[in-house]
Amino acid sequence: MTTAVGARDFGVYVHVPFCSVRCGYCDFNTYAPGEVEGATREGYVEAALREMDLARAAMPGDARAARTVFFGGGTPTMLDSSALIALLDGVRGTWGLSADAEVTTEANPDSVTKESLRALARAGFTRVSLGMQSAVPHVLRTLDRTHKPANVERAVLAARDAGLKVSLDLIYGTPGESLEDWRTSLEAVIALEPDHVSAYALVIEPGTRMGAQLRRGEVAPTDPDVQADMYELADTLLSEAGYSWYEVSNWAREPGDRCRHNMAYWRSQDWWGIGPGAHSYLGPHPLPDGGEAPARRWWNVKHPRAYAARLAAGESPEAEGEELAGDDLRLEQVMLRLRLSEGIPADSVEGRAEAVAKLIADGVLDGPAAVRGTLRLTRRGRLLADLAVRALAF
Amino acid sequence: MSADPRIEPASTQPALIRNFCIIAHIDHGKSTLADRMLQLTGVVEPRQMKAQYLDRMDIERERGITIKSQAVRMPWEVDGEPHALNMIDTPGHVDFTYEVSRSLAACEGAILLVDAAQGIEAQTLANLYLAMENDLTIIPVLNKIDLPSADPDRYAAELAQLIGCDVEDVLRVSGKTGAGVPELLDRVVRDIPAPVGDASAPTRAMIFDSVYDTYRGVVTYVRVVDGSLKPREKIAMMSTLATHDLLEIGVISPEPKPTKGLGVGEVGYLITGVKDVRQSKVGDTVTAAARRAEESLGGYRDPKPMVYSGLFPLDGSDFPILRDALDKLQLNDASLVYEPESSVALGFGFRCGYLGLLHLEIVRDRLEREFGLDLISTAPNVVYEVEMEDGKVHTVTNPSEFPGGKVAAVREPVVKASILVPSEFIGTVMELCQERRGVMGTMNYLSETRVEMHYTLPLAEVVFDFFDQLKSRTRGYGSLDYEPAGDQVADLVKVDILLQGEQVDAFSAVVHKDKAYAYGLSMVGKLKDLIDRQQFEVPVQAAIGSRIIARETIRAIRKDVLAKCYGGDISRKRKLLEKQKAGKKRMKNIGSVEVPPEAFIAALSTSDDGSDKGKKK
Repeated sequence: MTTAVGARDFGVYVHVPFCSVRCGYCDFNTYAPGEVEGATREGYVEAALREMDLARAAMPGDARAARTVFFGGGTPTMLDSSALIALLDGVRGTWGLSADAEVTTEANPDSVTKESLRALARAGFTRVSLGMQSAVPHVLRTLDRTHKPANVERAVLAARDAGLKVSLDLIYGTPGESLEDWRTSLEAVIALEPDHVSAYALVIEPGTRMGAQLRRGEVAPTDPDVQADMYELADTLLSEAGYSWYEVSNWAREPGDRCRHNMAYWRSQDWWGIGPGAHSYLGPHPLPDGGEAPARRWWNVKHPRAYAARLAAGESPEAEGEELAGDDLRLEQVMLRLRLSEGIPADSVEGRAEAVAKLIADGVLDGPAAVRGTLRLTRRGRLLADLAVRALAF
Repeated sequence: MSADPRIEPASTQPALIRNFCIIAHIDHGKSTLADRMLQLTGVVEPRQMKAQYLDRMDIERERGITIKSQAVRMPWEVDGEPHALNMIDTPGHVDFTYEVSRSLAACEGAILLVDAAQGIEAQTLANLYLAMENDLTIIPVLNKIDLPSADPDRYAAELAQLIGCDVEDVLRVSGKTGAGVPELLDRVVRDIPAPVGDASAPTRAMIFDSVYDTYRGVVTYVRVVDGSLKPREKIAMMSTLATHDLLEIGVISPEPKPTKGLGVGEVGYLITGVKDVRQSKVGDTVTAAARRAEESLGGYRDPKPMVYSGLFPLDGSDFPILRDALDKLQLNDASLVYEPESSVALGFGFRCGYLGLLHLEIVRDRLEREFGLDLISTAPNVVYEVEMEDGKVHTVTNPSEFPGGKVAAVREPVVKASILVPSEFIGTVMELCQERRGVMGTMNYLSETRVEMHYTLPLAEVVFDFFDQLKSRTRGYGSLDYEPAGDQVADLVKVDILLQGEQVDAFSAVVHKDKAYAYGLSMVGKLKDLIDRQQFEVPVQAAIGSRIIARETIRAIRKDVLAKCYGGDISRKRKLLEKQKAGKKRMKNIGSVEVPPEAFIAALSTSDDGSDKGKKK
């Protein structure tokens, strides 16, 4: 499944590590104002632009323009739109942007205005992904989300008015959330008619505030079977409303509404991650001496201050990395691509015919699709994707 | 050690010899007292003193118990006359009653050592009976009188009443400080009779212990009764008539020391070059090949396993290592028996027979420790005789081989148990024994507050966490001893455990009909919690024959997917999958159900294993 460099897309991810508050469930590399001593937003933008310069120098002879750019966080819209635009201009100046480039930013419904969204659209942004999480007040409270449900509608309308495509992000399985609460959120989303919906089961990580509450017995975890019910409800209601799943946790109205940037992750394309803690991946590529460099992934130092310090000294912010080949690479490709509705070619898991047959019999893989040469998860299988990967990739 | 010619080995008059052992409960301070004696008699220099010199094996030292006995020769002068004292160390646990009885048979006297803070325990009482049965002279001694909690007056009265002596005759010592120990050695010389034997008769020596040594081969400990043994003689074992060359003969003091021989009443060791303790069996009589005795000393019997359990390597490829390890252990343990067994659930392993639960624990411990094996052992079971309606009789040592079809009668071994408790726990013990199908015998008051209760109990019930229950229900005060007492017909059935309809042989158990339901319920409940949810629903059932008596269901797993998998998640996710895959490799497959090895270990363990493990309190 490896493809030549030229055939792979190239994308840029920009990690913006700031939030107004840290939510109790969040284990992302982000920092609320009180948490980032010595790292200013201005300093961050400067450092990120420096990293782009270094990146360009590290990819000699690679003429690919970025086909997708994704600003994630944190809350990218904690930066002024002028700062976001400066960063996008940085990408444009470094690698170039292809004419049909998809440029997304994540946003908090409270942190965008009609004006800011218009400015972003004018500068080349094409898409906004709003962290709605839920339409139910008690669920939002448990998640520490401060936005008012009404602000979501305002933000959606503003984005659409600016000509941006809209995605809404939801979380399900929050402690205390009932199946009916979840239905309320789904119906609210559908009523807003976004182009794209993401829905994630809440994972309570040990290091988070909610993880501590769980340990102390202050919140009860949601039964995984209930989460499975919630997933199925989401898939049912979204399908009825005209959305199709294209990845385990993502639905889009039309194929053109899918998030191309995220698709690139699942298809093992190349990307450069700019910013503290950002991960990058470059697939195998030919060397000038005729050999081939193995695929490589690396990630930056996490703290914004350390990140800025490295770049101020003209050094790479890379913290650690790994070279990937053989089984590791194969496992990753199966693990990622199997999450997609397009599935993987059956011949990419050679020698696993029995495992495939068993997964079909168990209703995890789509039988007719497999017969036609593609391994694709059924709805039941989407909830058991990891199990399927273990059966197929080892 | 003084080199007085009057007590040179091989030329010591029997009148100057005293052979004795120490009877004590595991933590009543026998080893400490023995160490103190070695020091006082000058056999060991104080600075060479390794704590508890006599306990050699690591396991023994850790558990504070003595598994294998040894005999040490010590000089001690009384009224200006030197004497040779042979102290024969005896095991203190019920599993090794036979070995104890052979050690006792090598002695004329015994020190009855009792903790002055705890009083006598059931096992000590059992060994005391054995000693009195062998007409040994008993010297009652209270140890640990230095302890603040010691109550020597109370326990002296108890001992005096028990063996019929005066309270003043009960010696009071402290192995720790040495107080009273010289007086005790004097008493050994004065009270214990000298050995008697016929120096001119054909040689007869009794084997009371046999130990495998990596460098020397088997070291055999003997007590000469008649005649004498000399180096380079040919000897014969009277049970097998096999002959061996006597390569070395000597005494332990406390290291092996070759001598010119051993005469009447003496105790020492022999090395013949054999490699397997089964060629030099405890209880057997050694004679001279050239001039054989006509009659053996008697008392020899083959060790008979009382408890069986399957041992399986966690990693199936370790099977050859397990086989070699058992072969090696058997060189030093004539009572360990085993034969290959294959289990559908656990693969290849061995069905092993043990003298009892402590023996089982020790063997398992040594296999894991000395051979680096990770093992699963199945729940211990006893031996059943199953008589079919057609008259055929099956001896069942493995519950999964319990015959189906028309069973006429099942016989199970029973034991006579004696339980010592403070009298306030009489009701508690009666309740426990009743639950365990016990039949009450007599009850004796040792003193106003301590009582000895006799019960006949099925061995299978004793094997199943009886001792732990006794300990916990009597707040640690209860002590237990038991000995085989034949068998009885009982209403026993085999309960099978089925996973998704497939019988899991390792979980089959033979239980009393009245308890089958409770057993089935507890097993299916445990397994339900221990086995991860699978892709499909898994019924867990307990059955007697084709009749299902309990059922639980492990629901099918519905969700096994990480919701988010973006650029920054990939590496972590891949590693997680690799880890999960490694875990999967360890799984044992029962049909299509994956069972983690931990589930076997947890499901097969009783609340504990039902034995006095000899741990220090």
